[in-house]
Amino acid sequence: MITYALIFAFACYGFGLLATLWRLLTGPTAADRILALDTMVINFIALLILYGVWRGTAIYFEASMLIAMVGFVSTVAFCRFILRGDIIE
Amino acid sequence: MLKRIFPHPLLSVTLTIVWLMLVNKVTLGNLALGVVLGIVIPIMTAPYWPNRPAVRAPLMAAEYALIVLWDIVVANMVVAGIVLFKRNADIHSQWVVVPLELTSPEAITVLAGTITMTPGTVSATLSADGGALLVHCLHTDDPDGIRDDIKTRYERRLKEIFR
Amino acid sequence: MDQDMTLLAELLVSAFLIVGGIFGFVGSFGLLKLKHTMQRLHAPTKATTLGVGGALIGSMLYFLMIESSVSFHELLITLFLFITAPITANFVAKTFMQGDVVERELPDTGRAFGWAVYDDPPSEKTEED
Repeated sequence: MITYALIFAFACYGFGLLATLWRLLTGPTAADRILALDTMVINFIALLILYGVWRGTAIYFEASMLIAMVGFVSTVAFCRFILRGDIIE
Repeated sequence: MLKRIFPHPLLSVTLTIVWLMLVNKVTLGNLALGVVLGIVIPIMTAPYWPNRPAVRAPLMAAEYALIVLWDIVVANMVVAGIVLFKRNADIHSQWVVVPLELTSPEAITVLAGTITMTPGTVSATLSADGGALLVHCLHTDDPDGIRDDIKTRYERRLKEIFR
Repeated sequence: MDQDMTLLAELLVSAFLIVGGIFGFVGSFGLLKLKHTMQRLHAPTKATTLGVGGALIGSMLYFLMIESSVSFHELLITLFLFITAPITANFVAKTFMQGDVVERELPDTGRAFGWAVYDDPPSEKTEED
């Protein structure tokens, strides 16, 4: 039963990745692209965790935690760069 | 003396617990390392929070956290319903201005974060003097109701917590 | 008895995984469907947090009840995403407003100063991020 639930969740997040990719490519504003990138990172974290459950190993949590942190910092850096033209003032 | 070693006891406890959760194994060595981090980091970062307001009512804060958690779950259902079942032409988005009575930056930050996480609202920006909050509402026909809701549900509680 | 417990655990884990999947889907679908950037901001910031939260709680229950090993990393990831989601949303909103919204389109602040994106704060006070 868990296998079917996992496949369903994989399909949902897989679609999510495609949707964010479409938004990333079409824009239209810079803010949209940043938002799409951020959502993409979150979807990817979810996929990694689901893959960890699929394989029955806890090793993917460390990877997803690092991706969560890097994703947050890069989103903020992106926004700051567009807002101020500089990341660290 | 105790105040010098633990300038921010709550932060020290939180850091120790987070460290233990990060290494995912509770041993004496890890606990010792966590305690060292919990003492060193608050002392090193003390210059960054000069006039930190004290949390006056811990029980109120716990109640607030529970209310916000519940609202997040409800908010998700509401937004999911709007996104899935409403046609784009039927979604009436509006800007709402919320005048603030809170003054400390910490309280305003918590309020803005709460607004972003709860039903159909995202806090966009603050007025330059910090006296009003601009909120974007995904779908509403009653902006004044949303404003009053935010003021009575969240701001009133925060005012008592960060007095 | 043991069989029943396993079945219950499987049911619970599957339910959380499916809820997580649905909300993750809604978050990304909203990004695709909604017409205005500020509207699009709503879908991912809310739905995705609960989506990932559902997946994480599902996986935590899975490791707790079926593999019987305790792991706190999921809790940390959930906490981290919940704390950072409003900050990200605020930054994206500001970025959008600076580039694509004119101050005339916004309602008045009702104060002596304009919105922080367009107006400088009064002297001696730093801007709230």
